[in-house]
Amino acid sequence: MEATTAPPFRPGQKERRRRSSTLTGRDRMWLWLMVGVPALLHIALVWVPAGLTVALSFAQWDNLTPLSDISATGFRNYWIIFTIFEGDLFAALFNNFLLIIWLTVCSAIGMLFAYLLDKNVRGSAIYQSIYYFPVVLSLAVVGFIWKSTMFSRDRGLLNEIWPGGPVDFVGDGTKLFSFDVPFLDPALGLSKNFAALLVAMAWRHIGYIMVMYLAGLKAVDPSLREAAQIDGCNEWQSFRRVVFPSLRPINVIVVVITVIEALRAYDIIAALNEPRGTDVMGTLVTKSLLGEGGGRVGFGSAYGVVLLLLCLGFIIWYVTNHYRESDI
Amino acid sequence: MTRPTESSPKRRGAGLNRRDFMIGGTAVIGGAALLASCGDDGATTAAPTTTAAPTTTAAADTGPGSTTLGSNFSGETNSRALAAAVAATGVETMINTIDHNTYQENFNTYIQQPDDVVSWFAGYRMRAFAGKGVLGDVSDVWAGLNGMSDGFRSASTGLDGKQYFVPFYFYPWAVHYRKSLFSDNGYSIPTTWDEFKALCDAMQADGIIPLTAANDGRWPQMGTFDMLNLRVNGYDYHVSLMGGNESWESAEVKNIFSTWSELLPYYQPDANGRAWEEGARALGGKETGMYLIGTFLGDQYTETSEILDDIDFFLFPEVNPEHGQDAIEAPIDGFMMAAEPDNEAGAKALLGGLGSAPAIDAYISVTPSVVAANSNADTSGYTPLQQRSAEAVSSAKYIAQFLDRDTDPDFASTVVGPGIADFLGSPGSIDSILADIEAKKQTYTFE
Repeated sequence: MEATTAPPFRPGQKERRRRSSTLTGRDRMWLWLMVGVPALLHIALVWVPAGLTVALSFAQWDNLTPLSDISATGFRNYWIIFTIFEGDLFAALFNNFLLIIWLTVCSAIGMLFAYLLDKNVRGSAIYQSIYYFPVVLSLAVVGFIWKSTMFSRDRGLLNEIWPGGPVDFVGDGTKLFSFDVPFLDPALGLSKNFAALLVAMAWRHIGYIMVMYLAGLKAVDPSLREAAQIDGCNEWQSFRRVVFPSLRPINVIVVVITVIEALRAYDIIAALNEPRGTDVMGTLVTKSLLGEGGGRVGFGSAYGVVLLLLCLGFIIWYVTNHYRESDI
Repeated sequence: MTRPTESSPKRRGAGLNRRDFMIGGTAVIGGAALLASCGDDGATTAAPTTTAAPTTTAAADTGPGSTTLGSNFSGETNSRALAAAVAATGVETMINTIDHNTYQENFNTYIQQPDDVVSWFAGYRMRAFAGKGVLGDVSDVWAGLNGMSDGFRSASTGLDGKQYFVPFYFYPWAVHYRKSLFSDNGYSIPTTWDEFKALCDAMQADGIIPLTAANDGRWPQMGTFDMLNLRVNGYDYHVSLMGGNESWESAEVKNIFSTWSELLPYYQPDANGRAWEEGARALGGKETGMYLIGTFLGDQYTETSEILDDIDFFLFPEVNPEHGQDAIEAPIDGFMMAAEPDNEAGAKALLGGLGSAPAIDAYISVTPSVVAANSNADTSGYTPLQQRSAEAVSSAKYIAQFLDRDTDPDFASTVVGPGIADFLGSPGSIDSILADIEAKKQTYTFE
């Protein structure tokens, strides 16, 4: 819109003058209050702690002795996590990366389920309830359930039916595939127990995404589909060209949920007792912060900052892209 | 968890709220709100029954008033046993019970606003907090304690020479087995390494998995590491290694793991994913023959007394004749006082009470799987297993606590525990695992 404005006028100025003329002083006061109060709360509750985390990542403190005992250590914490604990750090980052890919796949499956169920199949309500059931459980509960009833090597349901003898789904940290990275000692890869954990996460994530798309599909104007059919579209074309584009608002939310869910993963792994091979950034952070007998606050904060930067990177990239498109 | 309804609901409610808020707060920081709410067993008052009421009022008249106790005795049996013990002290006490693991993980935060008296572990793990100034000096409680040995006193003493801990009970780690399995198959108790391995071979030939192996949570196998180090390199080396003074790449440490490798063929497969309770089930069902674990194993069989009565243990066999079987591992659990308790007189009265014989007698009458720290305690009611535990510990020349109690607990749980799990997963890569442990060790400052 800015590009279309004629050169002699400064576009911003024109905009502002026009807007301010329509708002009374009272309106503007309310506007400031309604935007300002949440913004202040947001800054106080989100960005101040985030800033403090960044500050703590340059310091050494045990979370027990008085705060006056804190000592600045410069980049030492970062140096330690990137050179000595690098085996833990990069394995965790890689697991987060795998999660992003995997949950994206699950989101696609969820969309497929929603599309099929939206066709008013017989018993569709029953299927919906079944797929949706895991979503009412928190991921920590999902972890407990899978650990004790599905994955347990000696008593788990999966091990009863698994061909070729029992598998240690929880403890086996050997890699299904891996590749060597220069300067990194343990090779990066997907460990067996993390793969098992991915299955448990899919159990919940697919239902979650399915419900969102079901809601979205209900909102798609049926006449659009009919029109597509009349025009001779096959199933795939009508989905690809008509239904999917009209689901754009849902897609936006699903992408955000999927990526954020993958980056902040913590509870299910904690519920499984953080087996070897399944560490993600979230567990590394808490492990250091809650470490007993003198928590390593600086360490945990440094891990936290790495995670924060990842999240910020995604959010900034996403927000700029999304708003640029929706401006049109 | 049963909650008594009739006893002082108002005060109990207040305490519960503060604690719930506190634990909830820390858990939210960790993103584990659900874990905490699952684990929080709620508060129970010490004296819910009318039988304890007279003593409570009597104590209130004489002075110390009411105090609070933060408890990690979260199992149903354990919390009942602790309530009985507290009732026996006669000090009016409100007990806040928190799930054992949650309590431990959040202890750093909890100890900054604790109850007056808190349950904890002896040794390095206590000293780490005493050194930070968050614990109260209880030397005068010790002056009034009878029946505590010098060994217990030193395990309760901080680096400054003052006592910060009152021992309650201990439990040795030993190799447990089912007597009937041994007598039916004609096995005899091994005392040397060769006998031990020969017994494992015999069991394997009979279709029994010789050694129960669990490592979920990455602590159960620390006990095996400790025992091997004590047998192979001796107690002094163990203490020095735990104190951060020895290299983890030394020949001595490599020797521990090469000795350990000799046992791995006899291990129950896939130890890393198995919870120790599942191991207990395997031993109880005679799928496996032996289990190196603490005597708290007995708690798993309280419902099935025919198994409990059939359980016995023997000391880990000798590996290096120089050290024989002179050391044992026997972690001590007990209580500490907050640095600034709301009611110091009450807290000290409670600690004095918990350290003396009647309290531990009351505790053991409910759950007989531990041994009283106080030598004046009534041992006439001990089960054979308890008597054997007491003997084993009193005859040992050296007593170690446990890996995560004898060294920096964070080093134990973030570095050594994962290292041992990696070793069990791929024993061949022990050299790079030890190099990694040694490099990470350099980032810790030991006491």
